[in-house]
Amino acid sequence: MIRCKTSKEIGGMGHSLKRKEDARFLAGKGNYVDDIKLPGMLYMDIVRSPYAYAKIKNIDASEALKIPGVVAVVTGKDLEKYNLHWMPTLMSDTQMVLPTDTVMYQAQEVAAVIATDRYTARDGKEAVRVDYEPMKPIIDPYKSLDADAPVLRTDKEGKTDNHIWHWEAGDKEKTDKLFAEAEVVVKEQMHIPRIHVSSIETCGCVADYHKVDNHLTMYMTTQAPHAIRTVIALVAGHVGLTEEKVRVISPDIGGGFGGKVPVYPGYVIAIAVSFLTGKPVKWIEDRSENLQADSFARDYHITAEMAGTKDGKILGTRFKILADHGYTDASANPSKFPTGLFSIGTGSYDYDTSFMEADAVYTNKPPGGVAYRCSFRVTEAVHAIERITDRFALEIGKDPAQLRMENFIKKEDFPWKSPTGWEYDSGDYHAGLKLAMDTIGYDELRKEQAEKRAKGELMGIGISTFTEIVGAGPSKDFDILGIKMFDSAEIRVHPTGKAIARFGTKSQGQGHETTYAQIIAEELGIPAENIQVEEGDTDTAPYGLGTYASRSTPTAGAAAAVAARKLRDKARKIAAYLLEVSEDDLEWEPGKFSVKGAPEKSKTIQEIVFAAYTNHPQGMEAGFEATHYYDPPNLTFPSGAYICVVDIDNETAEIKVRRFVAIDDCGNIINPMIVQGQVHGGLTQGLAPAMYEELIYDEEGNILNGTFMDYLVPTAVESPSWETGHTVTPSPHHPIGAKGVGESPTVGAPPAIANAIVDALSHLGVTHMEIPITPFKVWKVLKEKGVVE
Amino acid sequence: MIPANFQYTRAGSVDEAIGMLKQHGDAAKLLAGGHSLIPAMKLRLNQPGVLIDIGSISELRYIRKEGNHIAIGGGATHDDIANSDAFGGGLEMYPQAAGLIGDTQVRNKGTIGGSLAHADPAADWPAVVIASNATIVVKGPGGERQIAATDFFTGFYETALAEDEILTQIRVPLPAARTKSAYAKFMQPASRFAIVGCAAMITSSGGTCSNASVAMTGVGDAAYKASKVENALKGKSLDSGTIQSAAAHAADGAMVMSDHFASEEYRTHLASVFAGRAISAAV
Ligand SMILES: Cc1cc2nc3c(=O)[nH]c(=O)nc-3n(C[C@H](O)[C@H](O)[C@H](O)COP(=O)(O)OP(=O)(O)OC[C@H]3O[C@@H](n4cnc5c(N)ncnc54)[C@H](O)[C@@H]3O)c2cc1C
Repeated sequence: MIRCKTSKEIGGMGHSLKRKEDARFLAGKGNYVDDIKLPGMLYMDIVRSPYAYAKIKNIDASEALKIPGVVAVVTGKDLEKYNLHWMPTLMSDTQMVLPTDTVMYQAQEVAAVIATDRYTARDGKEAVRVDYEPMKPIIDPYKSLDADAPVLRTDKEGKTDNHIWHWEAGDKEKTDKLFAEAEVVVKEQMHIPRIHVSSIETCGCVADYHKVDNHLTMYMTTQAPHAIRTVIALVAGHVGLTEEKVRVISPDIGGGFGGKVPVYPGYVIAIAVSFLTGKPVKWIEDRSENLQADSFARDYHITAEMAGTKDGKILGTRFKILADHGYTDASANPSKFPTGLFSIGTGSYDYDTSFMEADAVYTNKPPGGVAYRCSFRVTEAVHAIERITDRFALEIGKDPAQLRMENFIKKEDFPWKSPTGWEYDSGDYHAGLKLAMDTIGYDELRKEQAEKRAKGELMGIGISTFTEIVGAGPSKDFDILGIKMFDSAEIRVHPTGKAIARFGTKSQGQGHETTYAQIIAEELGIPAENIQVEEGDTDTAPYGLGTYASRSTPTAGAAAAVAARKLRDKARKIAAYLLEVSEDDLEWEPGKFSVKGAPEKSKTIQEIVFAAYTNHPQGMEAGFEATHYYDPPNLTFPSGAYICVVDIDNETAEIKVRRFVAIDDCGNIINPMIVQGQVHGGLTQGLAPAMYEELIYDEEGNILNGTFMDYLVPTAVESPSWETGHTVTPSPHHPIGAKGVGESPTVGAPPAIANAIVDALSHLGVTHMEIPITPFKVWKVLKEKGVVE
Repeated sequence: MIPANFQYTRAGSVDEAIGMLKQHGDAAKLLAGGHSLIPAMKLRLNQPGVLIDIGSISELRYIRKEGNHIAIGGGATHDDIANSDAFGGGLEMYPQAAGLIGDTQVRNKGTIGGSLAHADPAADWPAVVIASNATIVVKGPGGERQIAATDFFTGFYETALAEDEILTQIRVPLPAARTKSAYAKFMQPASRFAIVGCAAMITSSGGTCSNASVAMTGVGDAAYKASKVENALKGKSLDSGTIQSAAAHAADGAMVMSDHFASEEYRTHLASVFAGRAISAAV
């Protein structure tokens, strides 16, 4: 049970308040980008390449321009005149806005059709004739590194291969020596498949440029409105759009998951067209464009190795990664972290030797590498460590739960320095796994499995005990395009004791309007329902880097607590003045200050705030406002213990997740109901790559499952009944002891499911299976092992 | 996801719809539940100039017993069939198959007539109408025709239906006494169409199979009658060994499809497994 310090009326931390934002969403009154309609607005649709790699010989727009209502067709050559045909990616790579001569991946933007309504724009798109000369694409990232592979990025002067960057962490020499001498070494090759965030709302914008006052308002589905404003100013400053002339508004967002952090060509074209026509321009992607062109995630090929002793002591790990970024590195990682936070991949285990390296390559696939509901490549890392840990347990014949229990970092050893340099803040891994095992009835399940095996039935139990790393991040290491990754809160309390609070983050479904209000309620005793939370308008909100990577609570949530504490200090001064006692004689309880030993003498926060406007002490600044920019001293390290049980049909190879228990530890919990909701959604998005999702390309670079008729995003229908629980190990450095949680389940679930399926087949000699593990893949194994004919 | 421009008309009766089809010729397409046609139009794979909506023709939407058959109107929705109690006594596979189609929205709008006319190689109804020896009734400018279900599906998305004809009724003969039927399918996870589907109708007396009618869908380019399976059952005692060895012939003679959900070999295997399951459930 979570004990609350505040009453239900105040609704501070620990209360399962209903989400304030839901009333408007449930009533269909949300305001999304596509709901924005401005007078004279034009619509844009985008012609896309049917080829993965081709020369553009000619673009003929004459038929399109004949259609009444088609205003213009914009090509790369048009943008070139304004030097707007290229843009930087967040990783300081470069990307075409529109091509002038070559297309590099299927579904790439080729031209934009501008029309007076979206139907006409779509008809115009159909009428644009593009003459292509297809070339042989590179689809396989391994082939991309072949000595004789053609160089794809010929736009980069002096580029002689398709290699993007190399990255390393840990101690190579020490690790190689350990592996050379170790009693037991296990190794598996694993692919974390290319998948898609598939938010229900696709990407889009309305660019509204006013010539008279030279001002751009950009309504946009972005998770990071402030950063986008700065990027626009950096890219378009040369045409007069300096930062004070740009306002980015991110209205309600229907899911982001990392896919709404990058800048896509469509946004830039819309701005350019609005700038040139002086009219608002709306661009909304359709479902297939979203799935085929934007925001892919993962696509890491990992060789994972673990070294240890025969009796089960983990001694070291080694990981080698090939990262397929497609046409350009369009990840959205902090600048100094090309592989994101993959280096968390040493896991929850107590050992001191690890080495990791990665090479990134270009291929003729859509660009990206976004952090899909994952703090920058943590999903990839956790899959690698949790899979290889099970592989090690299998090798030495030890129960994987037992092996984990014996190797966990101990509660008392935190803060703990990892072999790749992180300082884990806190954790109690033993308690988490024990609770998960007790909840699911682990020992009974192992007995049942043994009985079933004897009868030829296939059942498996899989564990994942992961450590996450979220809340980027401390300014000494973390920036995006140079901007430090602090975040901010500004609280204004009105004379009557009600407040508005604004943040540099941006909710996309996480429930910030509720949880931020609860943090402030906890600190100031103002009821959460009287606190209005606002985000997403760069003209009003304080600067911050936005919401992704589970960073909102660790950064902006911390800022809210600190800003509220500044106000509480001011409240103490005012209370002392009003009660005519010294500040030291006052005692705080949520919602009021009272005189020690004379509790009948007290002032409520509402009375104090009123006085701040009507009767403030001479010499004190009037009003009741505070702002804080929070620079976290460290990241937070949430953890979880997940156990999954699967049954496999030994005739059809169908896989059924029978049970799934998820015990999460995200430190102090702000709203248990919201945490549970986040965990349910995240687990479902973890089930996705484990069993269903993968963007599949043929050798010519054609996507084979580019619509939802073929690409299944699992829903409640496919999900088991998730069983959730938690342990609470507060973060010692966070003002309210909280850690992020939104992404833990996405990160933790895939290896639990994969481990369960491999476990069901391990007695047949199976040591690894590539996700998504489909019936087809399992059947191939059953056939190979002679289980089916 | 925006279709090409089209004209929309709504027909009040079958005859009116036939008249409209004649009037607009090649440019016209019938619109029933829209759950195959509209997705294809949104992707601009199909660009009819005129849509003739037959979705509100009440004379097409019924399920009733007529003498020795059940008559299903071409406009009956999947959901109508899933919830109908007209299919006792050997035709249980009708509501069963209906309940396995797509999701609630698809079942509420999609029609059996639309599904049969569309003839998706992975659709469920084709197997069911073949296995139940149904007759497909169609009507055109020249009047009514009756086509045996086994002759109706002529290839990949191809049927014996002419451009100016409407599928008005599915006529399902009432099975003999002691007949049971079942439909079993292995779903494509995203669309829920059949990777393989088997409809089986078995008449037995004293544990011996007196008649068997088995049809497969999803396996090849069109649904087909699995005659080899039927022959291997007829006259035999219906033990699991017989069923299994009969079911092993489920894909015989078919041009088995292959895709990233299932290779030819896996599909062939699944065809036997699901044939076995449908037959066992129909015993
Ligand atoms: C998400 C999704 C999942 C689905 N899953 C399945 C599934 O699991 N199994 C399955 O079998 N199907 C599935 N379907 C297809 C669904 O069953 C369709 O409803 C059906 O195939 C078509 O019926 P309709 O009434 O919607 O026809 P429409 O889409 O309106 O028409 C289809 C075609 O048939 C023609 N037509 C329609 N009615 C007649 C008529 N009476 N006479 C002559 N021609 C006619 C039309 O002109 C058109 O060419 C799915 C569809 C979707 C969108």
